[in-house]
Amino acid sequence: MLGQLGEGAKFLAGGQSLIPLLKLRFANPEHLVDLNFITGTSFIKEDWGALHFGALRFGAMTRHAEIEHSALARKIPLLHDCAAGIADVQVRNRGTIGGSLAEADPSGDWANALITLDTTVQCLGPHGARTVHLRDFIKDAFTTALAHDELVTEIEVKIPPKHSGGAYLAFKRSAPVYPTASAAVQLTVAGDVCQDAAIALGCVGLTAIRATEAETTLRGKILNGKTIATAAEAARAAADPQLDMRGSAEYKRQLVVALVKRAIQIAMRRARGEQIEGAHLYA
Amino acid sequence: MPENVAETASAQRIAVNINVNINVNGKSYARQVEPRMLLVEFLREVCDLTGTHVGCDTTYCGACTVLMNGLAVKSCTMFAVQADGSEITTVEGLEKDGKLHPIQKAFGDSYGLQCGYCTPGLMLATQQLLSENPEPSEKEIRRAIAGNTCRCTGYMNIFKAIQLASQNMKGA
Repeated sequence: MLGQLGEGAKFLAGGQSLIPLLKLRFANPEHLVDLNFITGTSFIKEDWGALHFGALRFGAMTRHAEIEHSALARKIPLLHDCAAGIADVQVRNRGTIGGSLAEADPSGDWANALITLDTTVQCLGPHGARTVHLRDFIKDAFTTALAHDELVTEIEVKIPPKHSGGAYLAFKRSAPVYPTASAAVQLTVAGDVCQDAAIALGCVGLTAIRATEAETTLRGKILNGKTIATAAEAARAAADPQLDMRGSAEYKRQLVVALVKRAIQIAMRRARGEQIEGAHLYA
Repeated sequence: MPENVAETASAQRIAVNINVNINVNGKSYARQVEPRMLLVEFLREVCDLTGTHVGCDTTYCGACTVLMNGLAVKSCTMFAVQADGSEITTVEGLEKDGKLHPIQKAFGDSYGLQCGYCTPGLMLATQQLLSENPEPSEKEIRRAIAGNTCRCTGYMNIFKAIQLASQNMKGA
């Protein structure tokens, strides 16, 4: 349908970013194709295929609130952290995980959280379906691998191995606004030793940034105050923030250090099996 | 007609009106609306229900909060055509048979409002909270109304109003 309507047409998912953009005339599409009346596009399923590890599958139109309240999504605590912290109740009731990824706002939450996990995006267009890994899906700020007439149908997240834990923390000035900075951490531990680490930073670059140097500093090391501080300093160097109304570049770098430290600590305790309620931080 | 006028007319993208049937506070409204009409405009201008307020019009303040099929939404951030076939509750739908809803009464009794502009949205956010969680903790109350901005009260009396409403509705 979007092919027939031409380049001036756009898909409308939850609308919690697109409708404000339309009002500000930042977006000016000739046609909107509303995806909200298509049934079967909102679901959360667990999949244990014979050939691959277990995975959680999310329909593209699954609302943030549905993920927040899903017992299945709690199997990956970082996902619950992310869903429960997005904006406010009203926005979570409407906004969708697929819409968030397809918009690729550098201040959005989902891309930054999911990039620390093995996440693939199912895309569908007139020429058929294809699967794109999230790291190849997000190309740039507000730019994805989607062709103009393609849409996201499903997001698949591999369930991390045993003795893994993650956390997603965003610092926001108030609930409805985008975060000033955010950090996502997923760790796999053997006792006190970090076997594997994924660390991503949000709102401090044109896309979510994987802090690969910070990850390297943790692998094979005992997790303690010193190694965590070293990783957080490496994350500071990976951040590339801009001065804006949310704060100066230096302030955001400092925020990254604090968020990464705290996210590692929560991820580490969760990896050891502790139940910790994640909470977004408000100014 | 000069050519440039015809071009201007086509550039205006005059859209065809769309039939919708929206149930607002138990009453069905079958109307033809422009696709770009926001739900809040439908409620205020078509249904003449002006209790739903437009505060910021940027998805921030929550003054326009209504319930759609029981869930709080910002009615300035949805098109009316998207509410086709759904049930909307506005502040006008809270009272029954001329009697204030316990949430309304609690906001009055606790002085949970001053100018009252944000109050309809806050009461509907409260309605979703208490329908899912009749005895919320203080933290849960804070989370539930984080999307509603009040510029007068400082929120303390709003907390008290929600706690009072929770107590009173439990007894009912």
